[in-house]
Amino acid sequence: MEPVEAQEGPSLLSDAERQRFEQLVLPHLDSAHNLARWLLRSESDGQDVAQEALLRALRFFPGFHGGDPRAWLLKIVRNASYTWLESHRRAELSEEFDEERHGEPAASPEAQAIARAERERLRDALEQLPTRFREVLVLRELEGCSYKEIAEITAVPLGTVMSSLARARRRLQRILIGPAREETPHEL
Amino acid sequence: MSCDKAESLLHGYLDGELDAVRAGEFERHAQDCPVCTRELDAQQSLRARLRDADLYAPAPPSLRRTIRERLEPRPGEGAASAPRPGRWRWLAAAAAVTLLATAPWLAFRETRRGTAEGTLAAAALDAHLRSLQLGHLTDVVSTDAHTVKPWFEGKLSYSPPVVDLAAEGFPLIGGRLDVVEGRTIAALVYARRKHVLSVFVWPAESAPETAPRSAARQGYGWIQWSHAGMRYWVVSDVAPTELEELSRLLRR
Repeated sequence: MEPVEAQEGPSLLSDAERQRFEQLVLPHLDSAHNLARWLLRSESDGQDVAQEALLRALRFFPGFHGGDPRAWLLKIVRNASYTWLESHRRAELSEEFDEERHGEPAASPEAQAIARAERERLRDALEQLPTRFREVLVLRELEGCSYKEIAEITAVPLGTVMSSLARARRRLQRILIGPAREETPHEL
Repeated sequence: MSCDKAESLLHGYLDGELDAVRAGEFERHAQDCPVCTRELDAQQSLRARLRDADLYAPAPPSLRRTIRERLEPRPGEGAASAPRPGRWRWLAAAAAVTLLATAPWLAFRETRRGTAEGTLAAAALDAHLRSLQLGHLTDVVSTDAHTVKPWFEGKLSYSPPVVDLAAEGFPLIGGRLDVVEGRTIAALVYARRKHVLSVFVWPAESAPETAPRSAARQGYGWIQWSHAGMRYWVVSDVAPTELEELSRLLRR
């Protein structure tokens, strides 16, 4: 990815500001990574963009005057993710499907194997959703954001959050039901 | 109310985002409408599947390290093995946010044995503070060990021991999945008067039995040990003697 232009950002903060950043923003590092990973559908790109967003956040932090620090950070993560998608996604092959999971199903009990299959199925379905739908679902279901927070992060009117979620969920349902899925031998 | 209208409200209802009037309207409609009821059930089960699928992607330790390093202005000397005060300063700052206690952070530093344990202490405390800050103490709320234990089934590759210690003054509040150092582990939540204790449990990698080690005298602190092949890490702002007491009870 592009080098980050925030090189001297952190050093611009005073000790007090840095401390405030550590106390308000850093606890949401997981949220930042989670959102970037899902928007980019990739562990490694997600990590790069989350890192870039955090450095941007550091640079912009003097301009943060109260409000919800998680929403503030996630807005920056979202912007960084979309910027990245706009410049990189076209160059990529149409739809990538990482195969980065190497479970050892042989060693695990049956319940676990089923849970893992279910997880993969849901992950794939979520990744098939268009970015805008994926984003509201990730914010709502994984991040537990309220409609107000989602509206703030995604810069849409509060009134449209509910309908975006409705469409996203219906779409996800369709994908999950979609290609007649194989029954497991136990169910036959 | 028409089904069209109800359908548009269904998601707000599901998310608890309708005002009382509209929620009431939706409920009255759903009572007599099998189609909308079925759709609500379907959406509820979709949500449960999503939440149970462990899709959350927490920040990997390397990202956490990078960001923390950027926050600490390096004085210039490459004293790589020297303790890095910045990390501990940030822990202290995070604790202040919870308004629960601001206390002997130095203790964390004193008993720190190598970076791995230091990082783990930081991560466990992060997880504990995050749960307080976001009001996300538990995923499963129950004082019954027989409810909490099965809840973890299928969500983890191991089964954490769950005991209720209400009689001993540590009532079980519930459990949640938490992420410490990039791995999903069980967090059991106990109460002690008005205080909350997070007990993180995961399979011990090396020694199945290690003696408890704690790090704080008053205020926030942790105590950690391995017992019966499980690693335990307890974080709270209760008195250290109470941490030790809980540790003793959990090792019985």
